[in-house]
Amino acid sequence: MHRFANPARFLKIARPLTVWLFWPGLLLLLIGCACGLFVSPADYLQGDTVRILYIHVPAAWLGMGGWSGIAIAALMQLVWRHPLAAVAGRATAVPGAFFTAICLITGSIWGRPTWGTWWEWDGRMTSMLVLFFLYLGYIALANASTRQGPGGVSAVAAIFGLVGAVNIPIINRSVVWWNSLHQGPSITLRGSSIDSALLWPLGFTLTGFTLLFAAIVVMRMRAILARTKVEARMQRLARG
Amino acid sequence: MDQWAFVIGAYALTLTGTALISLSSWRTMRAQEAEARRLTER
Repeated sequence: MHRFANPARFLKIARPLTVWLFWPGLLLLLIGCACGLFVSPADYLQGDTVRILYIHVPAAWLGMGGWSGIAIAALMQLVWRHPLAAVAGRATAVPGAFFTAICLITGSIWGRPTWGTWWEWDGRMTSMLVLFFLYLGYIALANASTRQGPGGVSAVAAIFGLVGAVNIPIINRSVVWWNSLHQGPSITLRGSSIDSALLWPLGFTLTGFTLLFAAIVVMRMRAILARTKVEARMQRLARG
Repeated sequence: MDQWAFVIGAYALTLTGTALISLSSWRTMRAQEAEARRLTER
C-alpha cells in the first residue's frame, strides 16, 4: 500500500486502471439492469416495484462504502501522512454523495407504491439522510480547507471524515434497533432471505456500480493531481 | 398508478445521473491533464 502512495507511481497505474474499471463496470451494470427489468420475475407481494432493488441496494452500498473509504483515507492521512490519502478522500466525496442521494430517491420512489408514503422519519431513512448531509459538510470543508499536500484536504476535514464514520454502523443496525417501515436485513453473512430467482441480477448491478464508482474516483483523483501540478507550475512561473 | 411508472422513473434517474457524473468526471480529468501537459511543454 505504501508503495502506491507516491503520486507518480499511482498515475502510472491509474491510467490503464480507469479503462479496466470503467468499461467492465458499464457492461455489468447494463446486463444487470436489463436482467433486473426484463428477465427476473416480479415479486408475489410487491409486484414489479421489486425491480428497484437492483439499483437501490448498490446505491446504498456505495453511499456507505464511500464514507468508509473517506474514513480510511482520513486515518491514513492523519496517521501515516500518505500524500495520496487526502486526494483519495476528496475524490470519493462527490460520487459518494451522489449515490447516497440516489439511494434516498429510489427508496422514496419504491416506498410510495409499497408502503403508501414517499417518506417516513424512521431510523434507516433518517440515518441515510444524515449521511447525505455529512457528505455535503465534508465537501464544503474539503473545498474551503487550507490544502495540505497535493490537492488534499485539511486535518479538520480528515477528522470530520473519521468522526462521521460513526453513522455507518448506525445505518446498518437501524432496522434492528428501531421499529421501521424498512425491511430488516435481508442479505447477511449467513445468507439471504431473498429468493435466488430474484437475487442473481443484483450481483451484476452491485459489481457494475462498484467498478464504475471506483473508475469515477480514479478519474477525479487524476483530475485533482493534474490541477495541483498546474497550480504548482503557475506559481513557479509567476515567481519567474 | 402503474407500478412500471415508478420502476422506469427510478431507473431513468439513476442511469442518467450515473452517466452525467461519469461524463463530468472524465471531462474534468481530460481538461486538467491537457492543461498540465501544455504547461509542462511550455
